[in-house]
Amino acid sequence: MADPVLALNGLRKSFGALKATDDVSLTLRPGEIHALIGPNGAGKSTLISQIAGKLQPDSGTITFRGRDITRLSTAQRARLGMGRTYQISSLIPEFSARRNVMLALQARQGHPFRFLRPVMRDRALLEGAQAMLARVGLAGRASVPSAELSHGERRLLEIAVALALEPACFLLDEPMAGMGTEGVGKLVDFLHGLKAQAPILLVEHDMDAVFALADRISVLVYGRVIASGTVAEIRNDPRVREAYLGEETA
Amino acid sequence: MRDIHKETVVNLALGLGLLLVPLWALWADQPFTITLATRIAILALAGVGLNLILGFGGMVSFGHAVFFGVGGYVAGILSQHATSGVPVLGLPGSNQMLVIWPVAMLVAGLLAAAIGALSLRTEGIFFIMITLAFAQMVYYFAISWPAYGGEDGLPLVLRNRFPGLNTMRPWHLFVVAWGVLMVVLGLMAALRASRFGAALMAIRQNPERAAAVGINPYGVKLVAFVISGMVTGLAGALMADLSRFASPAMMAWTMSGELIVIIILGGTGRLFGPLAGAAILVGFEVTFGGMTEHWKLWLGLVLLAVVLFARGGLIGALAGRARHG
Repeated sequence: MADPVLALNGLRKSFGALKATDDVSLTLRPGEIHALIGPNGAGKSTLISQIAGKLQPDSGTITFRGRDITRLSTAQRARLGMGRTYQISSLIPEFSARRNVMLALQARQGHPFRFLRPVMRDRALLEGAQAMLARVGLAGRASVPSAELSHGERRLLEIAVALALEPACFLLDEPMAGMGTEGVGKLVDFLHGLKAQAPILLVEHDMDAVFALADRISVLVYGRVIASGTVAEIRNDPRVREAYLGEETA
Repeated sequence: MRDIHKETVVNLALGLGLLLVPLWALWADQPFTITLATRIAILALAGVGLNLILGFGGMVSFGHAVFFGVGGYVAGILSQHATSGVPVLGLPGSNQMLVIWPVAMLVAGLLAAAIGALSLRTEGIFFIMITLAFAQMVYYFAISWPAYGGEDGLPLVLRNRFPGLNTMRPWHLFVVAWGVLMVVLGLMAALRASRFGAALMAIRQNPERAAAVGINPYGVKLVAFVISGMVTGLAGALMADLSRFASPAMMAWTMSGELIVIIILGGTGRLFGPLAGAAILVGFEVTFGGMTEHWKLWLGLVLLAVVLFARGGLIGALAGRARHG
């Protein structure tokens, strides 16, 4: 089996008495979609924050592309190839969709300490950004400030920004949140194609989407991974049904 | 697209207006008006420095007068040593602006690197307070340092020189100040449009997102802070030559406040905002300062009105909202 792109090993994080992350170990292998599910408050967002570098774990390690990144900053992890989206869209509000993508492209190409050359006349950046926007279906909205985009469009723009980083893995935090049925369907198709480019760690509440997409699923409850396996294994796991799916289907 | 065009027209009008008014004053033999225009240009330049971090970068420095004052003292000290012939730190003094400016920018830049490296670890109100604290430290140091005048400040016997001009003549000094302002504004425009400018503006709006695409917010903010200090330091050197005086008052906290007022009045984060703001401030002082001692009260009311009803300042009122493409 190929080496994992991303590996969490014995990760722990507490806030006072609350164990938000309790000895979590999981891997993301090349070419797969690994879904992370769990009820509200299970610690999914805390876990994603630690992987992305916003929070430091109390103990345990995070290995990315064979390198220990536990102590690296968010920006360093992004430059190593970690592309994330946020549960609540987090973009540069005054920048157009195009410029949001260009920002990711320029960071990918190196340090931002270029002071005089106008970025809006940089053809490589402009064309690169347009290509990314076209891939997510936002080519016609390139000039609109991201604050003026619709909710669904902002979700797609988040993905375009992550794409622009040419990441070695995607961390997608509830990409379907708040999208209509049609939007979810399109996004499922898109993510299905995306995993060939880089594996995806997918946090998602939409169970239909998770079951349609995931190669593996890990279930997080009270900060612990209570089960991990294929879609069929998770569907039939009695602990999962009790802790999570039972509530959902009831 | 039309808004960008409108702002360009407003900017051109401001830049040319600042040139034409003293030109008229030269023809009408009104040297005081020329000096006022020079003051506007220099205060605007100091504001342009602050606007880089406050307007584009969202960092409210309440201690920027320190760079203004340090620039002034560099001009005063080098000039004094040029007159006396005594070397300073083993180097000869100078009365040449083209020597003094780089030294003023270097010293202000080094100081900004030190202050920025520490204060940029904080945000919001803490950043405001730390920058203020550093500025006050240098202010009290200047007051208690007798070698260069202490509390009394440091007079310049003659203005420093610029090749081919007689800087003792108001019009010549104005041309120098106006030229420097325009060159710096041009560089600022390029900077804002560059990759660095994009990173800086992105960090102001959403630092977490900027980090997630691989931009290190601290590094970008620190470089901006240093450039900002250098520009304001350059303005300080010019101000010392205009008033022929470098004084601790240049780095008092009231001066830091004045620079912020200039930016807010003109339009925060607008390229020519500091010029508009400096013109309003000096105009107010001249118009109402003669009528009442309490002209700052009226300025305060204007400031209040701008903050409450016209957040974009004068440029915002004339040219509409800023667009970043």
